[in-house]
Amino acid sequence: MNSTPILSLKDVDKNFGGLTAVDRLNMQVFAGQICGLIGPNGAGKTTVFNLITGVYPCEAGAIHLSNREITSSKPHRITRLGVARTFQTIRLFANLTTWEHLLIAQSFLTRAGVGRRLLPDRQREKELKAEAQEILSLLDLWEDRQRKAVTLPYGSQRKVEIARALATRPKLLLLDEPAAGMNMRETEDLLHIIAKIHAQKQNMAILVIDHDMDFVMQICEYIFVLNFGIKITEGTPDAIQQDEKVKEAYLGKEE
Amino acid sequence: MSIYHLDIISALGINILLALSVYCPMVTGQLSIGNAGFMAIGAYITAMLTVHLHMPLLPALIAAGIVAGIIGLLVGFPALRLKGIFLAMATLAFGEIVRNFFMNFLEPLTGGAYGFRGIGSDPISVFWIWGWVIFFLIFLHFLSRSRMGLAMLATHDDETVSELMGINIVRLKIGAFGLGASIAGVGGGLFAHYYLYIEPEFFNVWKSIYMVLFVIMGGMLTFWGSIMGAAIFTLLPEFTRILHDWRGAFFGLVIIVLMIIRPSGILTRDMFRWDFWRPSLKGAKP
Repeated sequence: MNSTPILSLKDVDKNFGGLTAVDRLNMQVFAGQICGLIGPNGAGKTTVFNLITGVYPCEAGAIHLSNREITSSKPHRITRLGVARTFQTIRLFANLTTWEHLLIAQSFLTRAGVGRRLLPDRQREKELKAEAQEILSLLDLWEDRQRKAVTLPYGSQRKVEIARALATRPKLLLLDEPAAGMNMRETEDLLHIIAKIHAQKQNMAILVIDHDMDFVMQICEYIFVLNFGIKITEGTPDAIQQDEKVKEAYLGKEE
Repeated sequence: MSIYHLDIISALGINILLALSVYCPMVTGQLSIGNAGFMAIGAYITAMLTVHLHMPLLPALIAAGIVAGIIGLLVGFPALRLKGIFLAMATLAFGEIVRNFFMNFLEPLTGGAYGFRGIGSDPISVFWIWGWVIFFLIFLHFLSRSRMGLAMLATHDDETVSELMGINIVRLKIGAFGLGASIAGVGGGLFAHYYLYIEPEFFNVWKSIYMVLFVIMGGMLTFWGSIMGAAIFTLLPEFTRILHDWRGAFFGLVIIVLMIIRPSGILTRDMFRWDFWRPSLKGAKP
């Protein structure tokens, strides 16, 4: 891998009071990759997502998106530069339909001032709607487009989150425990969908957080392992499965 | 139509404007109990311009709307840091500052606590008021069916996620606050030129609370709710005159009952699907 990474974290730190949540983290994700970010509870995985997306400011270190520094930029700026995410606990807009979720995610893509937003550019609107339609079909949400997203079944709500993230045209998609709380069939379905998304958007990198080892091992080509905010190792799924430090982090040390 | 009826229709128009002025920040999740302050600013500015500078009403109203709007933007900045009940308290304090300002300063121009008399010789016609109502309703209609209108609702539901969807919530929230202030300013100017007399006491906390009630009762997620709320509060007291002394108590009871049976307001967004951005996907198939 000799190209510049889509995402690179260099010596990133984050503390909460006296607690070190992320300690000198280095990570690189390349275009077209599906990477996993795993680790036990409280390892700082979601914190890493919050640092990348600008929800928390970094205390030290630098985050780059392609060649652009995004360290501590405003969240909406970072999204506009091409980072989109989903949430560990589903966070949908309580009053809006599935379709409206996508319209909102696309709203900055209309690239227009107030006047234009009120009286939209028809050609562009047409393109964006076609795109939204494509995303909904890809995720099998087309039938549910007019329903309030929060009234959909759990698995579909997760998919709405992914659809909404995709609608921002990300270069990097961050999925925070997408399979959490899903049953076997829904998880299966999700794996299939992530594979479809990956196949269709060749240049987009995906970074997945999950507890479910099987799930991560199945879809990721490269994995970062975090424990107590420190990256203990990284590598291919096979290498990770053999790694003693990973077993130790998950199962505890043998006395 | 009798003067009595015209009076009610005019009061209704002004109340709709005041309700809309609260609706705008409310739809982005900001509760303002200080809009009587913006109304006062609009009322006094319009009256001073027409009385002392002999300016025609239309430019005076526009000026009042702009000044109130700018002050609204300035108040909107600190308001960003406050949420819910704390924002309510801060805006309430702002309203009181404005009322006290007009009570104690500019007395040679405004009459201070004695009231501002002689604002024109005849009340403006009901068409003036309803012209502005229709203007703002058309504006809000286009706003609410645009992506920006949706972004406002999204901000109401979840600010952090909205921001992560690329929405500049700072601009959106301040803008909504300023727009509301501007509408309140115009409403105040019309109020002054309809009743031809204003005094600081007209713009007290009660006025602000009523405006909020209009919106909460009517439904806060669609501007139709503001119209409905203003209509109930303006018309119901008139229709229940036969209740004599029980009128106030009955009205209070209506509010309580409505809050129990329609906690999110009488009109909700779902009733106006046609009004919102219909995914116009004619002929489109997945």
